[in-house]
Amino acid sequence: MVNKAKLEQEMANREYKYGFVSDVEEERIPKGLNEDVVRLISQKKGEPEWLLEWRLKAYRHWVTMKEPHWANVTYPPVNYQNIIYYAAPKPKKAVNSLEEIDPEIRTLYGKLGIPLQEQERLAGVAVDAVLDSVSVGTTFKSKLAELGIIFCSFSDAVKEHPDLVRKYLGSVVPYNDNFFAALNSAVFSDGSFAYVPKGVRCPMELSTYFRINAQDTGQFERTLIVADEGAYVSYLEGCTAPIRDENQLHAAVVELVALDDAEVKYSTIQNWYPGDKQGKGGIYNFVTKRGKCLGNRSKISWTQVETGSAITWKYPSCILQGDDSIGEFYSVAVVNNRQQADTGTKMHHIGKNTRSTIISKGISAGEGQNTYRGMVKILKGATGARNYSQCDSLLIGSRCGAHTFPDIQVMEPTAQMEHEATTSKIGDDQLFYCQQRGITPEDATSMIVNGFCKKIFLNLPMEFAVEAQKLISYSLALEGTVG
Amino acid sequence: MALLEIRNLHARVANKEILRGIDITVEEGEVHAIMGPNGSGKTTLAQVLAGRPNYEVLSGQVLFDGKNLLTMKPEDRAREGIFMAFQYPVEIPGVGNAYFLKAAVNAVRKYRGQPELDAMEFLSLIEGKMKLLGLDESYMKRGLNEGFSGGEKKRNEIFQMAVLEPRLAVLDETDSGLDIDALRVVANGVNNMRSKERGMLVITHYSRLLHYIVPDVVHVLAGGRMVKSGGKELAEELEKTGYAGLGIEEGATAPAPTPVGR
Repeated sequence: MVNKAKLEQEMANREYKYGFVSDVEEERIPKGLNEDVVRLISQKKGEPEWLLEWRLKAYRHWVTMKEPHWANVTYPPVNYQNIIYYAAPKPKKAVNSLEEIDPEIRTLYGKLGIPLQEQERLAGVAVDAVLDSVSVGTTFKSKLAELGIIFCSFSDAVKEHPDLVRKYLGSVVPYNDNFFAALNSAVFSDGSFAYVPKGVRCPMELSTYFRINAQDTGQFERTLIVADEGAYVSYLEGCTAPIRDENQLHAAVVELVALDDAEVKYSTIQNWYPGDKQGKGGIYNFVTKRGKCLGNRSKISWTQVETGSAITWKYPSCILQGDDSIGEFYSVAVVNNRQQADTGTKMHHIGKNTRSTIISKGISAGEGQNTYRGMVKILKGATGARNYSQCDSLLIGSRCGAHTFPDIQVMEPTAQMEHEATTSKIGDDQLFYCQQRGITPEDATSMIVNGFCKKIFLNLPMEFAVEAQKLISYSLALEGTVG
Repeated sequence: MALLEIRNLHARVANKEILRGIDITVEEGEVHAIMGPNGSGKTTLAQVLAGRPNYEVLSGQVLFDGKNLLTMKPEDRAREGIFMAFQYPVEIPGVGNAYFLKAAVNAVRKYRGQPELDAMEFLSLIEGKMKLLGLDESYMKRGLNEGFSGGEKKRNEIFQMAVLEPRLAVLDETDSGLDIDALRVVANGVNNMRSKERGMLVITHYSRLLHYIVPDVVHVLAGGRMVKSGGKELAEELEKTGYAGLGIEEGATAPAPTPVGR
């Protein structure tokens, strides 16, 4: 007879299906970090002097900073001198088109289900693929260019659109913002850049696929998205990494800028390697994501489905500077086995009549620890500002944990703020009820979990909502098929 | 071959022996009522038939269509055609009633090697049955039993039964908490389900329900044992004399089962 204990056992026995390593020839620099390494990275990328200076300022600031330990996670100290800060697939020859990409890399992305060929037009998604530290190919570039949309690797943007990069780089997350952002600013090697010009509605999803392949490397990508007046863009990122016994560091920075009447929708499906059942290995996902609603009536919406990583430290936030601007945060975070996640958001209300919505769903299984940490700050002068926060936790089994740390600071008397929170557990009686109707406990759990997450999935682009639903079932080992 | 054969069934919950020798044979087309005071083991019997974890069978046999029921997983018992209408149906927020029921219907169909129903086929299957139970369309979109009144939950149980068309329906205290109008609707739903191929076990404390669902056989349980079986007139007799008339002291004959799944 299938009972709860067996089900929990099965959940704990999940495996990670993206754990393969590809044999791609890599160019890597020696381990460790100092000013010379920063210069070397900048030189390898052929960067202009101003960017090198910016990196050096970040590095010099970083060495004065201490790694933050206020998050509700525990892990052994990270040795920052034991990490390779630059690894790039070695080009067999200069790449002029997508067809010329190393077949080994194409196979790798094929295995991950990421099309790097433009014939996949029906998919309607433009993809920029980042392997270890370097962007290996961007699809649909020319089609987007017809509309004046720039979507390319960060390195290309530095070369081809230096004015835009210089204007907005660090304008939302300054180089000295926090320890991990400073580290990223010093050593970031690539990432994606998107710019949507005035009044243009980007006709397809823009997407970046991040993959860590090389051993002992960190991944430090940087994403910058700017939506000019009245523009709209929907952007999606996905990520995986091979199974390795050592922990690998991922410290990314994402900056979003929305000008008057612009809208940026940013969705993440995070599936980095979570480590094994005993908590060995896995990615440390220490990421700074922030959007600035600079213009009036602008809108930034974050949706995240977080299922991977050993440790997650991540707070996609909105600075609501323009009047009538809107910030949204929709999140599902799943932890299983020994995973720990400390995630949430900050909504910073500055402009008048700014509105924000936070809906966070945390699911804990195995011995996972899930923390929601949110800050809603409504400054004086943000008249008529409103926030609605909802924060729900679902527990599966009795060895996991859910924690909530809301921080609410309202300095404006006309502001309105609501916060709701619930904690629930999948009960034996619920599972038995489903079984009595012919539904297996695995399917029942999957059904209950998906019901719990429904509000968040509705915010994902359709094709990814299905993906997210599968991924969650899979993370909780509710699906039998492991590739 | 009988539809259901229970032979000398002993079972315990939390180390307390609740069932101490039950024998019941239900033929196809028969409706059996199981009556008894609180703590007599009626609900335990229903839970054991459905295969609830923690209800441990000590000895005895249960054959369903000649197959050994006791070695089957709960979901397989359901797929074989056993349906239990719960005394306290659970709420599952966020999982829509229609979505849940479609998953159940298709799980059963798949098990029986029948093609799964798509959304349109499912809708046409449930339409008439919703009317019968007086459920309107808003019901479909609400979460499973989410915020339902006691009466709505019971109606939903009978509706699910009507859609799943089981071979054997076990109704556990379906009348509890119902006012007279709701009781009529529910009984009407059950009576519509009576057929030559289907058996029913109607578990109830009071004979009130048996005015609406008239049984073929009535069994009286006390202290986990069968104390008397007879025709529908046994229910009438009980109504006049009470359980005391059969020499049964209410509630004192067996330890009360641990409440599960409220």
